[in-house]
Amino acid sequence: MHISPVPLSWYLLLSALLFALGVAGFLYRKSIITVFMSIELMLNAVNLTFISFSYKLRQIDGHIYAFFVMVVAAAEAAVGLAIILTIFKNRGTLQIDEVDSMKL
Amino acid sequence: MTLWLIPFFPLLGFLINGLFGKRLSKPAVSLFAVGSVALSFIYVLILLSKLYPLTTPYTEHDFTWIHSGFLQVGFDLTVDRLTALMLMIVTGVGLLIHTYATGYMQHEEGYARFFSYFNLFMFFMLVLVLASNLLVLFVGWEGVGLCSYLLVGFYYKEKFASDAANKAFIVNRIGDFGFLLGIFLVVMTFRTLDFGQIASAVSSMPVETNAGILTAITLLLFAGATGKSAQIPLYVWLPDAMAGPTPVSALIHAATMVTAGVYMVARTAFLYNHSTIAMSVVAVIGLFTAVLAATIGVAQNDIKRVFAYSTVSQLGYMFLGLGLGAYSAGMFHVMTHAFFKALLFLGAGSVIHGLGGEQDLRHMGGLRKSMPITFVTLGIASLAISGFPFLSGFYSKDAILSAAYEHAPWMFWIGALTAGLTAFYVFRAFFLTFFGTYRGHHHPHESPLSMTFPLIVLAILSAIGGFFSVPHLLAPLFPLSTGPENITPMIISASFGILGILIAYVFYVANPALAETVRVRAGGLYTLVLNKYYVDEIYAAFIVRPLEVLSRYGLWKAVDVGLIDGAVVDGGGRLVRSVGGLLRQLQSGSIRNYATWVMAGSLIVIFVLGLVGGSVR
Repeated sequence: MHISPVPLSWYLLLSALLFALGVAGFLYRKSIITVFMSIELMLNAVNLTFISFSYKLRQIDGHIYAFFVMVVAAAEAAVGLAIILTIFKNRGTLQIDEVDSMKL
Repeated sequence: MTLWLIPFFPLLGFLINGLFGKRLSKPAVSLFAVGSVALSFIYVLILLSKLYPLTTPYTEHDFTWIHSGFLQVGFDLTVDRLTALMLMIVTGVGLLIHTYATGYMQHEEGYARFFSYFNLFMFFMLVLVLASNLLVLFVGWEGVGLCSYLLVGFYYKEKFASDAANKAFIVNRIGDFGFLLGIFLVVMTFRTLDFGQIASAVSSMPVETNAGILTAITLLLFAGATGKSAQIPLYVWLPDAMAGPTPVSALIHAATMVTAGVYMVARTAFLYNHSTIAMSVVAVIGLFTAVLAATIGVAQNDIKRVFAYSTVSQLGYMFLGLGLGAYSAGMFHVMTHAFFKALLFLGAGSVIHGLGGEQDLRHMGGLRKSMPITFVTLGIASLAISGFPFLSGFYSKDAILSAAYEHAPWMFWIGALTAGLTAFYVFRAFFLTFFGTYRGHHHPHESPLSMTFPLIVLAILSAIGGFFSVPHLLAPLFPLSTGPENITPMIISASFGILGILIAYVFYVANPALAETVRVRAGGLYTLVLNKYYVDEIYAAFIVRPLEVLSRYGLWKAVDVGLIDGAVVDGGGRLVRSVGGLLRQLQSGSIRNYATWVMAGSLIVIFVLGLVGGSVR
């Protein structure tokens, strides 16, 4: 049974689109939670690129990288959420513009 | 035989009084101070009696000081007849003046400090005369300069004393700079600093080809001597150095340290003998210094200043003798001068002590009744320095003037005239002090025995010192002149001296109004002499002032404050600060801002990679 494959460029386009959305969300959303989710979106866009190339080139490396990224993302989620919680406890806000005391 | 013990005793005295002097009682301080010098003196006597007749030098190598490449310098001490003479003068006169000082300094603050410096001076002076090479001599040379500085500035709370000390030190630095250059030149030329080795090297050198370098060496060494021994053009510090206590003036600035230059020239005579130019320079500078200082001495009103100029003048005589090749005559005068000039200063100190610190001749007078011992001893010293027949100064001055008579008659006549001037101004001071009526407001009293005893001993030495013929003593080093004895110069110089005394008597005892008339008549000349020919002012205007301006506005304000502080140090700080201030703007604290930077950076990297054509695989 032969299904005509989805061309690689589609995957890459999708990945680029997702990444761009992630960047835009990171830059323009005001809530820290949303910003955080945008980061996850970017990571997964990259994952998608890795998997596509891995599949296309018949090599296992891309898969390994994807797993790495997932592990990092999981760790990041744990730490990141803890930070977000602490910020909310201390400041009572999740507006990213209001958290800017780290400056000279 | 241990020569190093001679300077070691005073060093020990210095350490004891310097470290524990404050906790010791005055008698204990005096015991250590005078005792250490007495030990040195006795040790010198024992040593010299053992080494007699000392026709060849006795050298002792204590340790190797510097061994670097070809240059080997040891801490070597040596005794020959010249050193023996200086050892006797330094320890003998030093002992007398130390004894005197215990009386003179009795009521002064800083008793232990004074004696520790005094002992330190003895140490360095003995190192100087015992030195077997130029570098050890230089150590003593600088050491006595340091002690001179410390003791001139002994009353350091007074501005004039610390100024005088600075002046003495700085003026000596100028001379010592020349001296040091001379030493470097010796190292380059002879590859050794040892006197014996230099002497043998010189004797085998062809004179014609090396006259230039030898002249340079000797003139540079002589520059050092003009500083230490107060000759033109560096004599200006000595009169001001009288700011120190009187025993200091007697020991350091009359009897011993200031003759170090004379000693050094005599010690390196084997170099001077090869340079006629240097010899002439020494003789002419000596002669002119003698005349100049003598004329200034005529108009001074401070008793110590009169004697200070007299010291400068007599040192000029010594150099005149050296420059004429009569080294032993110069050294003869060093010895007799040590006796009578120390006595003059100690006598002056006794007068000052008795008058409660008064130094101005115009406020003295008629003291011969209240201070008989001082009067008699000072009288003998004055006669001796005037070259009165059969006293010590007569013989030594005659030895120098005879040499001048043989070599250069014009020098003899100027020298003889100066002898007359010397007699005049010394007796002017003497008559103003002891004759007439008392013009001050104190109750003059004779000094204690500790002060009068040294006066008496020195008076005896000043009287009979001339019979101890130094030229014969030094004959193994400096051959006696073989010419027939000529008594003409002796008679001429002695009559000039007696004439000077008589004129002084007429002016200041018989007819005091006459002196005033002459003073008014002389007018401008008198003012010129009274102000020491304005030499200090000329030096200030042409040397000190420009240097000060250059230092203040050129080196300090422009180079140090402007360039080093402003441009380099502050400029570096300012640069970092401004760059930092610019970069600080990046740290806004806004996460979004940072993210923008990260994105911009990534875009640039991607763009550049694309531009240079990075490719996968």
